[in-house]
Amino acid sequence: MAEKSNTTHTEVPADGHKAVFPPFDSSKFEAQLVWLAITFIILYVVISRMALPRIGEVLEERQDRIQRDMDEANRLKEETDKAIANYEEALATARQKANGIAEETRAKLKAEIDAEQKAVEEKISKKAESAENRIAKAKEEAFGEVNKIAQSTTATIVEKLVGAKLSDQDIEQALK
Amino acid sequence: MASENGGLDPIHQFEIKTLFPMEFFGVDASFTNSTLYMVLAVGLSAAFLIFSMRGRALVPGRWQSVAEMMYEFIANLVRQILGTEGMKFFPLVFTLFIFVLFCNVIGLLPADLFGIIPIPHAFTVTSHIIVTFALAMLVMTVVVGYGLFKHGLGFFKLFIPDVPLVLLPILVPIEIISFLSRPISLSLRLFANMLAGHVAMKVFAGFIVSLGSLGTLGILASVMPFAIGVALTALEFLVAFLQAFVFATLTCIYLRDAMHPSH
Repeated sequence: MAEKSNTTHTEVPADGHKAVFPPFDSSKFEAQLVWLAITFIILYVVISRMALPRIGEVLEERQDRIQRDMDEANRLKEETDKAIANYEEALATARQKANGIAEETRAKLKAEIDAEQKAVEEKISKKAESAENRIAKAKEEAFGEVNKIAQSTTATIVEKLVGAKLSDQDIEQALK
Repeated sequence: MASENGGLDPIHQFEIKTLFPMEFFGVDASFTNSTLYMVLAVGLSAAFLIFSMRGRALVPGRWQSVAEMMYEFIANLVRQILGTEGMKFFPLVFTLFIFVLFCNVIGLLPADLFGIIPIPHAFTVTSHIIVTFALAMLVMTVVVGYGLFKHGLGFFKLFIPDVPLVLLPILVPIEIISFLSRPISLSLRLFANMLAGHVAMKVFAGFIVSLGSLGTLGILASVMPFAIGVALTALEFLVAFLQAFVFATLTCIYLRDAMHPSH
């Protein structure tokens, strides 16, 4: 190493090589260009043929997978929404039906009660009427008896007092 | 003594040392420290990209998520600037990004990490203008080649901005000059960033050694350049990533001109 440096030192003034700033040393350009071309082409081939397609494939696969999963999730969500809607609808109809049944039952019971009440009332009123009739008849009969008793009593009194026998017609006339 | 000198000289780290001299058909293809770090960058990045995806896991592990993040990062960049039809350039942009990123980052690692390698310094491939210029020229060749292939002479509409006719004689030369300066700015930006960063780090690291040799007071004072060195190292990692990103972004922007020359 030291010797090499020494030799360059002694040679420097002769060919002026030492003064050249290394990046501008044109004597080294050729080798750099040759190897740059070789390495860059190898890298380009490796990247374009192997690395990029592989990475692209993996990324695409992942994208597809995510898309699939998202679609599946959306589908399931739609299904859930539908199920909820169905459930709510069923609940609404059930509630309506229950209301209907309750209403119906209430109406039916009311009608039954009304009918029974009416029947009972009718029966009672009929009974009351017949009782009234009977009472009226009894009354009339009783009044009839009273007249008859009064007549016979009058006839008897007149006969006892006057000693004359009055005809029924006369008595009736007199009592009126 | 030579290595000590090299240890403090901020330029020494950029020297290209031939490890195995080689020559094919009269072309110098010597295996140098630069070659070694190119091979390292390509080997490590290829190994990383391939082995991290070996599991092909649906839920990625650490390595796999880093590889996927890089993929999506550059894929989004290309898609945003070039559109879906521009995805044919994705492998090129991705390769450029990965190559520059790995060359930048590996150059930042202390050489001792590769203790088996008989080189005292880490070497940054991208700190040489010839390398960055070659990459920039690759981009411009693809731009011009694709532009001519796709649009024929219509590609040259790129130099005719949408302005009143009177202004064209002034603006067309400006457009042409700005187009021609693109490979220069593209390559210089990366080269200068890498070079300056490594020089700055080396200078401050050198201060630590120089101050340390001045006795107790010097050792105490050397805390300052040490702190700056730590901060610079962090900054350089950011720059290493940022420059790779900038290179990829500009590549996309230039490619857009090839796809849609008439602004």
